Amino acid sequence: MTDMVLPGENVPAHTPPPDTPTEIGRARLPFRELIGVALQGLRTRKLRAALSALGIAIGIGAMVAVVGVSSSAQANLIAEIDSLGTNLLTISPGTDFLGNSAVLAPSSVPMIKHMLHVENAAPIYQLTNANVYRTPFVPAEQTGGIGVDAASENLPKVVGTTLAAGHFLAGVSQAYPEVVLGAQAAATLQITRVSGHVMLYIGNQWFVVVGILNPVKLDSSLDSVAFISLPMAEKYFQQLPEPSEVYVRSTQNNVTSVANLLPATANPQDPSGVSVDRPSDVLEARAAAKGQFTTLLLGLGAVALLVGAIGIANIMVISVLERRGEIGLRRALGATRGHISIQFLAESALLAAIGGAFGLGIGAGATEIYSAAKHEPFIVPLYALIAAPTAGFIIGALAGLYPAAKAARLSPTEALRA
Amino acid sequence: MSVELAQVSKEYPGGVLALRDVSVDIPAGDQVAVVGPSGSGKTTMLTILGTLERPSSGQVRVAGHDTTRASDGQLAGLRAHQIGFVFQAFHLQESMTAVDNVATGMLYTGMPLARRRELARAALERVGLGHRLDFKPRQLSGGERQRVAIARALAKRPAIILADEPTGNLDSKSGAGVLSVLHELGSDGATLVLITHDVNIAGEFPRRLHMRDGEIVEDERG
Repeated sequence: MTDMVLPGENVPAHTPPPDTPTEIGRARLPFRELIGVALQGLRTRKLRAALSALGIAIGIGAMVAVVGVSSSAQANLIAEIDSLGTNLLTISPGTDFLGNSAVLAPSSVPMIKHMLHVENAAPIYQLTNANVYRTPFVPAEQTGGIGVDAASENLPKVVGTTLAAGHFLAGVSQAYPEVVLGAQAAATLQITRVSGHVMLYIGNQWFVVVGILNPVKLDSSLDSVAFISLPMAEKYFQQLPEPSEVYVRSTQNNVTSVANLLPATANPQDPSGVSVDRPSDVLEARAAAKGQFTTLLLGLGAVALLVGAIGIANIMVISVLERRGEIGLRRALGATRGHISIQFLAESALLAAIGGAFGLGIGAGATEIYSAAKHEPFIVPLYALIAAPTAGFIIGALAGLYPAAKAARLSPTEALRA
Repeated sequence: MSVELAQVSKEYPGGVLALRDVSVDIPAGDQVAVVGPSGSGKTTMLTILGTLERPSSGQVRVAGHDTTRASDGQLAGLRAHQIGFVFQAFHLQESMTAVDNVATGMLYTGMPLARRRELARAALERVGLGHRLDFKPRQLSGGERQRVAIARALAKRPAIILADEPTGNLDSKSGAGVLSVLHELGSDGATLVLITHDVNIAGEFPRRLHMRDGEIVEDERG
């Protein structure tokens, strides 16, 4: 009795001739052929393959779109922050040690302007007793939520905005009652142009509208304000020249050191009463928040993906039952159990990888539409290009594990009889 | 290549004894018909000869190899290279052309596709289907389909051909054509074992094994 001889083993020389076991080659399925077999399996059932790949495509597409849209929005916000600059600081009097409202001395503005690394500073003086009306006949309580501030000429430059119409308070505004409106204030008053002597009634005095500002992205509180010059504020409203807020531009690399020195410079007697803010921090926090929001949506995309994976597993189980004849035939043709299971695994993984690639297209398309509509840069993170089909492949392989094991366990004779 | 069964029994779950102590020796190049009523254990014997199934007890030796102790991979290798099956239900793949169906018969030998197609074309020519190379199974008649299946079994030049009622689904004329093709193969020296319940078909074979109730009741020659 001789055992089966495997390739590479020597055939015993003394075995009698008629019964000499010939060497028998191994059953093989090269990788290239495996891909061919898997593709063939998918091609045979195109509609079913397309529908089950769609489940994965939707899941991956949702995730790519979420990542793409939030990256685009984030990129837009970051670009905005970069163009506005992160070197703007604001100081306000805050409260003193005893909890009373503090004031900034008039001299604080020239002091700040003389600081090392400070490029420019612009104070505003909030008027507490003035409201803006189109005519004296408007009821006094209908203020429109518009405040009145006295401002210096350089305010638009320091806060990083421009004029939508007209000009800002200039030298002549020191002597005449002129007013410039913030973007929101102009919208509330329904003033869109400055030509034709548009007048506003502030306090008991008519002011000519000479300019309208574009929105101030770094500090939107300035948008609902009407600006007049400090001499006019002193003349008509007895405003004290004590800044309610000072906008400070430092050099880009010394923001922190300037911020640290500002309180003591603005109010040497009580530095702890001065609060310093960096308006760009708010925008940066918002950019970070957009990133946070995506986690939840990614979770929803993952649920869609899970459903897609179950769909593939389901289809593959049905496929194994339907293709018992083919499985039996392949076993008869020399396929090992391993060859059968790897075939079904490859089909399932390939199906999901194709789904993943389509999902990438869907997600990129959705991002493109969104970013075009919002005039934001179109960004799909580079890792998504590889991650989407890879994720599909892995999910498909996992979903195919059980059906593949089931196919391999099938008895070939039973399958051929069916 | 010789095939040998020694005291082979096969019991299926549920206690059905499909084969009882069957011993038979089929030397290389023999052409054997297995005849018997349905349920007599013909197909079970064929699947055990073809190593698709293992016996419950006894020994199966193919070309001197003891298959009862071989692994799944070794048996698959044996089937891939040395054994050709022909089934009553053809088992062709509907989405593939005749050439690709035949080429798939050699898939697990590891031969490259181009070489497999070349051998497939030659095999189809040989069974008289040279003009049907790129036809899909549903475009072929029953007799032509079975000849494709025969081409698939013989393209790799196996040492053993096992045919289970190859004419069972065919009319007598196409059946005769299929049989003549199978007989011709015998001239290559391949061992042929054919199952049939048709005594006339069995009569054309030099050796006939008669089966009943899982046993060989007569080993008839000449």
